[in-house]
Amino acid sequence: MSLAAAPSQVRTAPRARLSKRIRKAADATVWIGIATLILTFLYTPIVVLVAFSFNSSRSLSWPMTGLTLDWYRKLAENDQLITAVQNSVYVAVSATALTLLIGVPAALALDRLDFPGKGVFRKLVLLPIALPGIITGISMLILFRLLGFGLSLETVIIGHATALLAVVVTQVFARLQRLPHSLDEASADLGASGLQTFFLVTLPNIRTAVIGAGILSFTLSFDEIPVTFFLTGRDNTLPMYIWSTMRRGLTPEINAVGALIVAASILLILISVLLQRERTGQGR
Amino acid sequence: MTLPLRLRKVLVLSPPLIWVVLFMFVPYTILFVFSFWEQVYPTFAPAFQLGNYQTLISDPQYLRTLLRTIKIAGLVSLFSLLLAYPYAYFLVHKVRHPALRQTLYMAVVAPLWVSYLLRAYTWKTILGTEGILNSFLVSTGILSEPSSIFLYNQTSMIVTLTYVFIPFMVMPIYAALEKIPRNLLEASADLGMGRTATFVKVTLPLSMSGVVAGFTMTFCLAFGDFIAAYLVGGPDGMMISNVIATQFGASLNWPLGSALALVMLLIVLAIISVSDRFERLGKGTFA
Repeated sequence: MSLAAAPSQVRTAPRARLSKRIRKAADATVWIGIATLILTFLYTPIVVLVAFSFNSSRSLSWPMTGLTLDWYRKLAENDQLITAVQNSVYVAVSATALTLLIGVPAALALDRLDFPGKGVFRKLVLLPIALPGIITGISMLILFRLLGFGLSLETVIIGHATALLAVVVTQVFARLQRLPHSLDEASADLGASGLQTFFLVTLPNIRTAVIGAGILSFTLSFDEIPVTFFLTGRDNTLPMYIWSTMRRGLTPEINAVGALIVAASILLILISVLLQRERTGQGR
Repeated sequence: MTLPLRLRKVLVLSPPLIWVVLFMFVPYTILFVFSFWEQVYPTFAPAFQLGNYQTLISDPQYLRTLLRTIKIAGLVSLFSLLLAYPYAYFLVHKVRHPALRQTLYMAVVAPLWVSYLLRAYTWKTILGTEGILNSFLVSTGILSEPSSIFLYNQTSMIVTLTYVFIPFMVMPIYAALEKIPRNLLEASADLGMGRTATFVKVTLPLSMSGVVAGFTMTFCLAFGDFIAAYLVGGPDGMMISNVIATQFGASLNWPLGSALALVMLLIVLAIISVSDRFERLGKGTFA
């Protein structure tokens, strides 16, 4: 019996190993298939957007007729577009500065201070993350109207700073929570004032989080539509300009703007990845 | 010169507090008050009446649009989940190389940095009657003539919004899956559970907090969207936000728009508080 059983065991073992290997290969194929499917879904439109910015014909249809840089040349001559970009830079820089100036103390207060109404304060600050931008937009529109303010790029800046506050607060607050309070106490014991502690101890420790939050709010503000839609006056930001161009008709010129934005985004992503690497390099 | 603690507190707290009160608390309160005002064409007058809310209930178009918006946002969240969960699972459990995993994760999050407007716009150029998909299908002979079924309907809304918001689903699910201690899965295997059983009884329940967070985020974003509807929605794909925007634009009925916005705000708040409770519940069973 034992003699007869032995060879059959020898024979089934490799077969089992083989079928296990086949199953593993099938498994891997399915998973790679799923991943490929999702990445294709995410990147085909971006590739299409960039590719058609070089299309020589005016129409956005398959196949592409030839390659040209004409649409980029047109962009360089488009004064309205250049003004819109300048407006957007002005709005995004100001809104980011404002939102950092308010958001960092807000995060500090949420992490370190106790005060009456803290719960309501936190809920209000964090609300815009899930709240549709349109609600922020129209509620501020009514406020400005009742106050008798005319709409301008400055009202857009206030709107953006308010909507982006939540982004800054969550990012900075998350970092503050990982920062031991003992550092503050040590600094105070050594005779530093509150301001000195903030600028010499706290701020250097949360620096990358603040910069990261700043880059993120700049990007979001640069791209913002729902709030801008209701709060802008005669001046257009870049998305509002693109928006109004789109409603007049689709041309590869819009794709060219899009391709440039994709390029700028890649640059910003690289910067934020580098920042993240620096953060892990510090060991926190 | 150390400032007294109380004064320091006031200095740190006052800028954000003033800002939040002035630009968030006051505007939301005004929105609430405004929803009781009445329209006196071409402007509006202070009043206290429930006419705007009566209109919302009695005119079926508002309820219909609201239900359609909920349906579209729900389907967008569902499809995002069906795509995002396997992808996040694949990253956490199947990709062994940390650098590759990081890259594949970034690959899904990166599109968020590319303009939202342009990502929605591309779908318009792809799905249109003279668009890239149609001309491709005609040139390969699959279609004999361009079809108009791809654009300006609820399907094109769902495709576009899923595309735009899917990163918000991947991020929390990935974070939740990554947090599950590996030894729990090993323990489950040691106790004789198969891979499916381990997934259903261990991995899935422990990743529920990420699923709930992702679902909430995607749903709220899709629910409040009004740009995609203008680009790819058509009359059949109009969302509640588009109706609000119309009240503040062409219709010039700000009080009615405020009432609609308030309804929307309440729905979003309800969803957030339900999802908060869910997440706390999930944490409770684990701790």
